[in-house]
Amino acid sequence: MKWAVNASGENNAGAETPAGANRRFSFARGGVLQQLLAFASLILLVIVFSFSSDNFFVFDNIMGILLSTAVIGVLALGSTFVIVTGGIDLAVGTVMTFSSVMTGVIITFWGAPIPLGIIGGIATGAFCGFLSGVAVAKMKIPPFIVTLAMMMITKGLSLIISGTKPIYFTDGRASGFKDISMASVTHSLFGIEIPNAVLIFFGLAIVAGLLLTKTIVGRYTFALGSNEEATRLSGVKVDFWKIVVYTITGVFSGIAGILMASRLNTAHPALGAGYELEAIAAVVIGGTSLSGGQGTILGTVIGALITSVLTNGLRILSVPQEWQTVIIGLVLVGAVYADILRRRKA
Amino acid sequence: MNAIPLVAMEGIEKRFPGVHALKQCRFELRAGEVHALVGENGAGKSTLMKVLTGVYRKDAGRIVYKGTEVDIPDTIKAQQLGIGIIHQELNLMPHLTVAQNIYIGREPRKKIPLFLDEKALHEQVRHLFGRMNLAVDPRAKVSELTVAKQQMVEIAKALSYRSEVLIMDEPTAALTDSEIAELFRIIARLRAEGVGIVYISHRMDELRRITDRITVMRDGSYIDTVRTADVDMDRIIAMMVGREVYHEPKTGGAAKLGEPVLEVTGLSRGKAIRNVSFALHKGEILGFAGLMGAGRTEVARAVFGADPIDGGTIRVHGREVRIKQPSDAVRHGIGYLSEDRKRFGLLVDMDVQTNVAISSYARFRHPTGWMKRDKIAQTAEEVVRSLKVKTPNVRQKVKFLSGGNQQKVVIGKWLTRNSDILIFDEPTRGIDVGAKNEIYKLLEQLAAQGKSILMISSELPEILRMSDRVIVMCEGRITGELSREEATQEAIMKLATLHSDKSAGHESVTSGGNPK
Repeated sequence: MKWAVNASGENNAGAETPAGANRRFSFARGGVLQQLLAFASLILLVIVFSFSSDNFFVFDNIMGILLSTAVIGVLALGSTFVIVTGGIDLAVGTVMTFSSVMTGVIITFWGAPIPLGIIGGIATGAFCGFLSGVAVAKMKIPPFIVTLAMMMITKGLSLIISGTKPIYFTDGRASGFKDISMASVTHSLFGIEIPNAVLIFFGLAIVAGLLLTKTIVGRYTFALGSNEEATRLSGVKVDFWKIVVYTITGVFSGIAGILMASRLNTAHPALGAGYELEAIAAVVIGGTSLSGGQGTILGTVIGALITSVLTNGLRILSVPQEWQTVIIGLVLVGAVYADILRRRKA
Repeated sequence: MNAIPLVAMEGIEKRFPGVHALKQCRFELRAGEVHALVGENGAGKSTLMKVLTGVYRKDAGRIVYKGTEVDIPDTIKAQQLGIGIIHQELNLMPHLTVAQNIYIGREPRKKIPLFLDEKALHEQVRHLFGRMNLAVDPRAKVSELTVAKQQMVEIAKALSYRSEVLIMDEPTAALTDSEIAELFRIIARLRAEGVGIVYISHRMDELRRITDRITVMRDGSYIDTVRTADVDMDRIIAMMVGREVYHEPKTGGAAKLGEPVLEVTGLSRGKAIRNVSFALHKGEILGFAGLMGAGRTEVARAVFGADPIDGGTIRVHGREVRIKQPSDAVRHGIGYLSEDRKRFGLLVDMDVQTNVAISSYARFRHPTGWMKRDKIAQTAEEVVRSLKVKTPNVRQKVKFLSGGNQQKVVIGKWLTRNSDILIFDEPTRGIDVGAKNEIYKLLEQLAAQGKSILMISSELPEILRMSDRVIVMCEGRITGELSREEATQEAIMKLATLHSDKSAGHESVTSGGNPK
């Protein structure tokens, strides 16, 4: 924990030291302490639940937790980008549903092959994100309003297009659709049955992490959230990059839609509302600041896992569902308050 | 010397709604010179430079850059031409590292252009810092640097655009002496390389030290350009204010201190406020001087209950009071007039009478819950009359008033609330030169009527002109207290830069309840 002390230490410590010398642990600043806290809480939760119930720490249950994390987790990955810019996307849940409905329409109504349906679903998500981005960047409408509107629009469109009925992927052509989420590549390769949805989630987490830390997109995502005006004055095309960020969030929603539809083997047009808030909660528990400028993908993954471990563990302990949400709400407030306390001390 | 100037601006005109900001302004900058641009607040220095850097578009006039007339419609164009500016309020991204900030928008990429090349980035920064001989860690987050280092980062960023013109807007406002020396060393180095530097500052001693020529502006007009070596600074000050003597330091008998109305003892809050003690007496104007970030506003906010404190006691009229939130302070007769009137002092979209009454609604409320609207209008009209607020009527929206008249409305609000302790934070910021005098007179009248005024100001002439006593702060501490006779620009500046690393004790502590 030595570096953690360093993190809150003197303001100009290291400013005089030559490059790199005292800087190796500079990642320890910002949200990392909260992430560590979040990670410790996750481990603690797992230990507590393991001792409380014999049914918790068994392979099938752990896979169940991971599987239920996958959809919210992918949404949370996408939301991280928008939130780091200091924005918000309330539409990720319904855009997810809309994408799954579009995939259903393409595969079952139009009889197109599954890959086309996947591409169509992701494109739908991307397009919705793109529109939100344009409204935020060009029309200067606050993100909260834009994405609230997008939430309502996509919610309505899902019902209209599907005729308010679930679309089942059961006829001949669509028969392999369920495998996207539920089959296991690792089973055939190594004999360990990890569902594809879980693998896809972790794969996307790596992609998102690279995108956020190693690419130009990530750099401008942080720059926008840190000081948009300074970024603009530096000659960065702020509007363009905002649209890119909202589009990325849309792509992740689209992928989440396909995972969801595949897991249920159904595109449910009425599902998805409320998912955006769970995704935002996961992002925030993971240490990403709603005011922008800081956040990590690792944090978001941990945040998403905490919520599903909690839900699962509480269910195993027979805590009624209505109490589960109460507890998760308290955890959310607690996580953010811990962060605020830490900042005040610093 | 007679080569084509680097920049020549002629006949520049700029109007904003209701303000003629620049009137036939001219300015010339040669390569390899440090050219000071001076004038009082509101003289148009910053506006002129914003025209040069593409923040504002000129309404008329010519800008000739290296011999050819240019159009500078936006900041990107200015950057491309090689005109860089370091703003007074720094324009950095605090969450990013030094290197990331400097090359934002121009990041070196890998073969796949989506990916950033961090190695090349740091290589470039090291090269740049080598040229400036600057010791800042490129991997440090900007939020972790001191203001001085952040400024160096801004300079490095401007230079990385191969700037040939570098504009610095009050770069030393928040710096310590040693940091200023470092800045001047870098400026000298850049001048030797042929960079033309525009230096905006209020500090006469600095102009003497580093500038070659001085251009004076006043009320949006060009006054004159002189060689620094040929002129003494009183002459410059006279040109700035348009009369030989700007401030007659307050005269009159040695101020008889009335009874203390506000006594603050041992006030502390983290690093921002360190063991601050002072007393404000009835009918006095107590000046709070110091550099930006010295902690004066923080003290005012703490006394007013706007920020939580770690420790300290506050007495009002001799009785210890607990002020946990602004409403407590207001109840004890304390009014706070923020430097940022539009954000913290006024409801700009509402009318004069609402603003005057907003803190005193209990008085204007009928037992039934309805507002006594005629009483409100009547009170507001009295305020308008007695403070000479220029407004067509009390139903005028405050946003249509000038800065000086807005300030009067805020004063009227606190007078209506019967506040007898008024804390003014930069009372004339953003107010025209002419209207300033009116505000000064008003403050003096209020003090004469027995109100007690704590006045925070960064303008030394204002402090000297208005204050009965001056308290000087630095790094959250009170570094000294000066009586009216002792208060000079030099004495105040000395205390204002008395940083803890070199101050064993502090100088010149005189009368008044300042135990430290």
